[in-house]
Amino acid sequence: MATEWTVRAITRATLPILLALTLVAVASGLVLGGFEATLLKYPSLLVLVPVTIGSAGNLGSVLASRLSTAFHLGTLSFGADDTLIGNAVATVALSLTVFPIIGVGAWLLTAAWTGSRLALTTVVLVAVCSGAILAVLAVLVTVTTAYAAYRLQLDPDDVVIPVVTNTCDVLGVLVLFAVVQVLV
Amino acid sequence: MTVGDVAREAYREGLPALSASAVGGLLAGVALSGMRAEFEAVAGLLVLVPALLATRGNVYGSLGARIATALHQGLVEPRLRGTDERLRAAVLAALLLGVVASVFSALVAWGALVALGEPRATVLELAVISFLAALLSGAVLAVVVVVVVFGGFRRGFNPDTLVGPIVTTAGDVFGVVFLWLAVQVVLGVL
Repeated sequence: MATEWTVRAITRATLPILLALTLVAVASGLVLGGFEATLLKYPSLLVLVPVTIGSAGNLGSVLASRLSTAFHLGTLSFGADDTLIGNAVATVALSLTVFPIIGVGAWLLTAAWTGSRLALTTVVLVAVCSGAILAVLAVLVTVTTAYAAYRLQLDPDDVVIPVVTNTCDVLGVLVLFAVVQVLV
Repeated sequence: MTVGDVAREAYREGLPALSASAVGGLLAGVALSGMRAEFEAVAGLLVLVPALLATRGNVYGSLGARIATALHQGLVEPRLRGTDERLRAAVLAALLLGVVASVFSALVAWGALVALGEPRATVLELAVISFLAALLSGAVLAVVVVVVVFGGFRRGFNPDTLVGPIVTTAGDVFGVVFLWLAVQVVLGVL
């Protein structure tokens, strides 16, 4: 860790990128605000908001940190590479494991808490479709960012994880918005 | 390793963190859906939610990663008593960054809502809500990150693998809970 451990040094090293990432997050907030009426009408969709954002970011960041490590160890090459394809497959499989449970969980919690206005199948379908699309996007974003970092000779640990996590956060909102438009 | 081996290993390693963040995210979602009255009372509040949650993850995730690296390198001792300068500076910097980024997000969001002609609360309301939520959730998250990373390290866990799931789970839950509290304070006082 090159940064000195003083408030000033840490702040100076982090603040510019943090504010840039905040701008991106506000943009996704504006999208969220755009379908506020739907979210307030159907609480089970509102329950899905943080968990979709969080899981999308998590799928991306787990993949990014594994690819960074493989890259540092020299076991990764871009192209039809076993490490790359295996990790991509695992990302999609993880998403297809977790999102159905998230959908059922969101519906049950809403039913117990405030009463759900949407059918269980609708909520699960929204969660699973969002999850599947997000897993594919997370793979594309992560591989592209990792490849760009490699070409620009940047340390993937510094660059890839924050960029991927925040991009996936934003995609979480956009994909949820798109899926809700189509299905609800 | 074949593609299948890689995929199985990645799946096994990824599942605990993803499950933890899913549980945290669902709890945060329930808290969020309990705030429908607040979203109607403070127009523009929902716009702030992604920025507030992302800031928690970025700031306290990086605090956790910093402490984990320092523990590995022996720069910081995993003790809470008589904590050293360095750790205190890292925690203070995280609190400062969290508050600055959150208030910044409120100002930008308010400006965007004005530009778009959307309904919005006053800039003071949004900024004070963001400030309070960032300060309160930041203080709790800093304690959680330090205690869990130290505790995990002393019990022989790799702190690097603990930080991600803890910050996403605790960050989502405390982020929303303290956002609710901040709204109550601001609606009661302003």
